[in-house]
Amino acid sequence: MPDKPVTAAAAPAPRRRPTAPPRSFLWTRRICLTLLAAFTALPLYVMITSSLKPLVDVQAAFRWIPSRLTLSPYVDIWSTVPLAHYFENSAIVASSSTAISVVVAIFAAYAVSRYRFFGRQAFKVAVLSTQMFPGILFLLPLFLIFVNIGNATGIELSTTRLGLIVTYLTFTLPFSVWLLVGYLDSIPRELDEAAAVDGSGPISTLLRIVVPAARPGIITVAVYTFMTAWGEVLFASVMTNDASRTLAVGLRDYASENDVYWNQIMAASLVVSVPVVVGFLLLQRYLVAGLTAGSVK
Amino acid sequence: MALAAETDRPPSPPPPTRAGRSRLTWSRTRRKALPYVLLLPAVCFELLVHIVPMLVGIWISFKQLTVFFIRNWSTAPNIGLGNYRFALNFHEAVGQSLLHSFYVTLGFTVLVVALSWLLGTGAAVLMQNPFRGRGALRTYFLVPYALPAYTATITWEFMFQRDHGAVNQIIVRDLHLTSHLPFWLIGGNSFAALVITAVWRTWPFAFLVVTAGMQSIPTDLYEAAAVDGAGVWQCIRKITLPSLRPVNQVLVLVLFLWNFNDFSTPFVLFGNVAPTQANLLSLQIYDTSFQTWNFGTGSAMSVLLLLFLLVVTAVYLLITNRGRRGADA
Repeated sequence: MPDKPVTAAAAPAPRRRPTAPPRSFLWTRRICLTLLAAFTALPLYVMITSSLKPLVDVQAAFRWIPSRLTLSPYVDIWSTVPLAHYFENSAIVASSSTAISVVVAIFAAYAVSRYRFFGRQAFKVAVLSTQMFPGILFLLPLFLIFVNIGNATGIELSTTRLGLIVTYLTFTLPFSVWLLVGYLDSIPRELDEAAAVDGSGPISTLLRIVVPAARPGIITVAVYTFMTAWGEVLFASVMTNDASRTLAVGLRDYASENDVYWNQIMAASLVVSVPVVVGFLLLQRYLVAGLTAGSVK
Repeated sequence: MALAAETDRPPSPPPPTRAGRSRLTWSRTRRKALPYVLLLPAVCFELLVHIVPMLVGIWISFKQLTVFFIRNWSTAPNIGLGNYRFALNFHEAVGQSLLHSFYVTLGFTVLVVALSWLLGTGAAVLMQNPFRGRGALRTYFLVPYALPAYTATITWEFMFQRDHGAVNQIIVRDLHLTSHLPFWLIGGNSFAALVITAVWRTWPFAFLVVTAGMQSIPTDLYEAAAVDGAGVWQCIRKITLPSLRPVNQVLVLVLFLWNFNDFSTPFVLFGNVAPTQANLLSLQIYDTSFQTWNFGTGSAMSVLLLLFLLVVTAVYLLITNRGRRGADA
């Protein structure tokens, strides 16, 4: 979208853009952006080309142009380590914590956005501040609490997907609340008021009017939360065992004592990244709007 | 109230008398209670995953919680401030490495925030005026941000391999900058490797936020400046940067907190034990807790980290708010 030239009524604006940038600026722009693009491309290029190389080639000096290409890493990744199982674990943990936090956050965000009540500011501050706390602060106590719960009730949480889902709420929940408050604030109140005049109660107004109106925002928050959970490393490295291991930790398994299957690691990294990158790029416009609304405000 | 509840029962046409008024108060109470009901699930979960763990964390930071007590940690002996003294005793090994990783983390954070901000703002300014392919380039620059943290970092780990990595290929074999193959993941270079990896993942976020912030700068400001004969550089200095100030204040704080707490970059890049030159605080606390099984000291370190971040954030907000107020006046 080209910027609309703002034309003052008096001046007929003979040139479309009065600030034609000087040549030196154009060259600076060209060079800087090319360098940045190359910096961005470097790991992506390495990831893609290496994932198509046979093992002997990734164990030799790096080559920019692969001498031969093979798809076998993409076949082997599934049998070298139980990648499908890790995939399943990641998908279940990330989508469950996303679902829980988004549903819980919708109600909370509605309250914060539409009502003035005692404790509102305190709640907002609490949500915002827990977002900045280091994850490691919650990791230890949660681990110990889970061990205790396991001892007392026999429900194992410290190494299971259920436990991981709960720990992921430490970052998915405040994040969802924060972003959704921003979204609901942007939905005109007149919609709610019209519904209230029609005799709709607050809950049914929320479910029938506000939630549908906020659907793009809710989807955005869900996708973004899912992405964050999909990429989480800290909790996953402590709170999982062989059965509950997620992708974040599972990719390490391609390194054995003798060999590091770099070609397979790169292939698996690509397979793992594609769903979230595609999701991000498809929803990019909304994601960016939501994210910046939350952080710029 | 009880009366109101009773009279509320018949749902038939609202009587216009006293009962009607109490029905009104009842519905008013209900309306007052409603936000709390809506918040209830969120507050319950907050208690479960934030408040209780935080209190437990503070509590165990006063306990001698080692591997012997892990099964039954509530019975661990009380040692008062012992863990804090242990962590902050800079003459002993643990305190020394904590102090060291504090400096490393500080240096890492300052570098990553500064570089990411520079790259992000630079790119955003250069891409402010439309040109062919701008939209595609913007999307492309966001890819590092969209990638899961560990896949991006593991790719950098591969690139930093001494014998078959792309980095040594570039600087040794392609550009002939040195004759021997340097190590990147052990020794002094590991700090550089850590910073590069983090900047690669972080700068797109700065770019994103600054780009969004620039969209709210009215274009007539630039046109007026152009009429006055201002150059590109003057426009950036006199219009763009001052207009971005509120955005930058939030951005820098967020980047600082993220990077100061960063765990996944060093953990994926180096594994459980990072080289001392690149041992960030989160990893140090992780080691103390889960490698040497000293949970009490680990908790004390986490509490200290939190206190430090709170103080920094408070001071930062105070300074920037005063600056903003001063600018407004």
